[in-house]
Amino acid sequence: MRSMLKTSAAALAFFATATGGAFADGLTGDLKIFLDTSNPAPRATMEKMIADFQAENPDLNIETTVIDREAYKTQIRNFLTANAPDVATWYAANRMRPYVEAGLFEDVSDLWDGTEIGENLASTKGALTIDGKQWGVPYTYYQWGVYYRKDIFDELGLSEPTTWEEEKANCQKIIDAGKKCYTIGTKFLWTAGGWFDYLNMRTNGFDFHMDLLQGKEKWDSEKVRATFANWRELIDMGAFIDNHQTYSWQEALPFIVKGDAAAYLMGNFAVAPLRDAGLTDDQLDFYQFVEITPGIEMAEDAPTDTFHIPANAQNKDNAREFLKYVVSPDVQTWINDGKNLGQLPVNAKSSVDQDKFLEQGFEMLSTNSPGGVAQFFDRDAPAEMAKVAMEGMQEFMVKPDNLDKILARLDRSAKRIYKD
Amino acid sequence: MAYTTDGHQTSWWHRNQQQLTPWLFLAPGILFFLFYVIFPIFQSFNLSLYEWDGLGEAEFVGLYNYEELYWDDAFYTSLKNNVIWLVLYLAAIPAGLFIALFLNQTVTGIRLYKSLFFFPFVISQVVVGLVFTWFYDPTFGILNVLLGSVGLPPVNVLGDENWVTIGIIVAGLWPQTAYCMILYLTGLNAVDPEQIEAGRLDGAKGWRMLWYIIIPQLRPATFIAFVVTIIGALRSFDLISIMTNGGPFGASRVLSFYMFEVALSEYGFRMGYGAAIAVVLFLIMLMFIAYFLWSMYKEEKAR
Repeated sequence: MRSMLKTSAAALAFFATATGGAFADGLTGDLKIFLDTSNPAPRATMEKMIADFQAENPDLNIETTVIDREAYKTQIRNFLTANAPDVATWYAANRMRPYVEAGLFEDVSDLWDGTEIGENLASTKGALTIDGKQWGVPYTYYQWGVYYRKDIFDELGLSEPTTWEEEKANCQKIIDAGKKCYTIGTKFLWTAGGWFDYLNMRTNGFDFHMDLLQGKEKWDSEKVRATFANWRELIDMGAFIDNHQTYSWQEALPFIVKGDAAAYLMGNFAVAPLRDAGLTDDQLDFYQFVEITPGIEMAEDAPTDTFHIPANAQNKDNAREFLKYVVSPDVQTWINDGKNLGQLPVNAKSSVDQDKFLEQGFEMLSTNSPGGVAQFFDRDAPAEMAKVAMEGMQEFMVKPDNLDKILARLDRSAKRIYKD
Repeated sequence: MAYTTDGHQTSWWHRNQQQLTPWLFLAPGILFFLFYVIFPIFQSFNLSLYEWDGLGEAEFVGLYNYEELYWDDAFYTSLKNNVIWLVLYLAAIPAGLFIALFLNQTVTGIRLYKSLFFFPFVISQVVVGLVFTWFYDPTFGILNVLLGSVGLPPVNVLGDENWVTIGIIVAGLWPQTAYCMILYLTGLNAVDPEQIEAGRLDGAKGWRMLWYIIIPQLRPATFIAFVVTIIGALRSFDLISIMTNGGPFGASRVLSFYMFEVALSEYGFRMGYGAAIAVVLFLIMLMFIAYFLWSMYKEEKAR
C-alpha cells in the first residue's frame, strides 16, 4: 500500500512536471523593447500589452524604454548601430528603407512566409516588404478621409458627396453660407502632403502616384499639373481656411470645432481631439475622399505603425515570439479598440471596435479601396524628397501662381535625390 | 639643484607650484574645450567633404557639397536672412542704452522697474517664441486687433514670407534689448561723476552731455553689447524653430537652422551637406571674432 502510494505520487509528480513543462514553456533570458508611443493613451496600452506578455512568460526579463515620439526619430539612428534593443517601433514603407539598406533591421520573412500570420496580415504585407523580404510586423493602422460637421451639412441641406462635381458644389454652398469648406494647418507641411496624396491618387491613380513618389515620373508633367489644377479650383474658391501656413494640425482644429470650417481631411487620430473638444458623434461624420477621374480605382492612405527587430539585437528568438504575440488576433483586437489605440487591427481575424469611425474606416479599406493602400506622402517618398515637395505644396496653397517654379524645383531636387 | 634658504633640497613640485597650479585648475576646462569645441570644428571641416547619412559608409565627394550649396536657393535665403538678422538685431544696442539711461535714476521702486525690464532675458527663448506666436496669430492674436483699431488691414506676420523674418527678429529683440540694457546699467555705474560735473560747468546738457561725455565712457559696455548681439544674431535658432519651423516654405530659415534641418531633423540626415553649411557659418563668425580679437588687442596695447 505504502509503496503504491509512493509510485502514484511519483507518477503524479512526473505527470505534473511533464505537463507543467509543456504549459509553462515560457521564454527565458532578456527582452529589451524600445517604444515611441509616448502619448499617454498609447503608452498605457503598450505597457499593458507588455505586462500581459510578461505574465505569459514569467521567467523572461523584459526591459521597456519609452522615448518621446519626436526624439525617437533621431535617436533610432544611434541605438540601431550601438546598443540595439531587441524590438523597436517604427513606420512601414520608405520610412524603414534607410535602416533596411544599412543592414540595421533583421529580415523576418520567416514569420510571414507560409505561416498563419502571413495569411492574416496579408493586407499590410506590401508595406513591410523591401526587396522581396519582410523587415518587421505591423501593429496598427488607420484610415484617412474627410471628417465633416454633419450638423452644418444638414443645416445647409447637403449630403455626403461622391464625385468631384458634388464636392465642389457642396463647397460652394458652404462658402456662400460664410464658412470655409476645409480646415488645415500646414505649418509642419505634412498635412498638405495628405491633400496631394488624395488629389493625385484620384486624378491619376495609385500606380502613377507611387511611380511619382519613387522618382519614376516627372513632377513637371501634364498629369501632375492636372492634379494641381484640381487643387487650384478649391484654392481659388477660397475653400481652405486663411493663414493655414501658421498653424499646426492641432491649431487648425478649433476652426472645425467652432463651425467656421465644415470638414477636415485627416487621419483617424483627429477624432479623439474633436470629441474631446465637445463634438458628438451626431455632429461629426466621415466620408471617403470623392472620385475625381471616373473609372480610376479608389486608393487610400492608411499609415501603418510597425515593430522591428534590429539586426544587432541580442535576443532575436525572444523578439520573434514577441512580434508573433503582438500581431495575434486577440491582442490586435484589444490594443486597437476605442479605449486603447483607437485604430484598426492589422490581423484579419481580429474584430474592429464598435466605433462609428473605425467601422466606417474598416469598411472603406476592406471593400472600397481596390486601387491599393498607400502609407502617406512622407512615408512613401524618400524623406528628403518628401520635405522639398511638401514645402512646395505649402507654397502652392498660399501662392498658386508659383506652380511652374515649384515644379521645376521639385524636378531638380528629384534628379539629385533619386540618382542612386 | 635648488636649495631652501637653510640649505635643504626641495622637491620639484614645491619649486614649481606657483606656475603649475593655475594650469592644473585650467586643465579640465582646456580638455573639455579641446574635445567638445576645437576638435569638432576640424571634424566638421572634414565631414563637409563627404556624403554621409549618419548610418552607412561615408563617401568622399570632395567639394561637391559646396558646389551644391552654390546652386541651392534655400542656402541663399538663409544667407540673406542671416544678414537681415545681423543688421536689425543691432537695434538692441541703442534700445538697451536708452532704457538703461531711463532706468538709471533714483526713484522709489526703481529696482522693480529694472527687474521688469530685465525679465525677458531671464525667461527661456522658447517661451518668448510662443508668446510672440500668439501675439502674431492672424485669427486670435492681439496684434491684428490693435491694427484693426487704428484702421489698418490685418497681417499674418509669421505666414508672409516678406514679414516673417522681421517678425521673428522683433521677438528676438525683446530679450536681447534687456541684455544690452543690463550691460549699460553696469556701465553707467562706472561713469565718472567728476567728468559730468565738469561738463555741466562748461554748459553741456541733454544730448550734448550724452554724446560727448557719457557715451565715450560707455565704450567697454558698447563693445561687449556689440559682441553678444552679433554672436546672438548669427546663432539665432530657437526662435525660428519655435515660431515658424523655418516656414512658410522656408522663408525664415537662417544658416544655423538650415544646417539643423538638412543634417539632423526628421527629413534630413545629410551630414556632409549640413557640415558644409556649418563651415560657411563658421567662416562668417570667424570674420567677426577676428575683428573683435583684433580690436581688443589694440585696446590692450594702447594702455
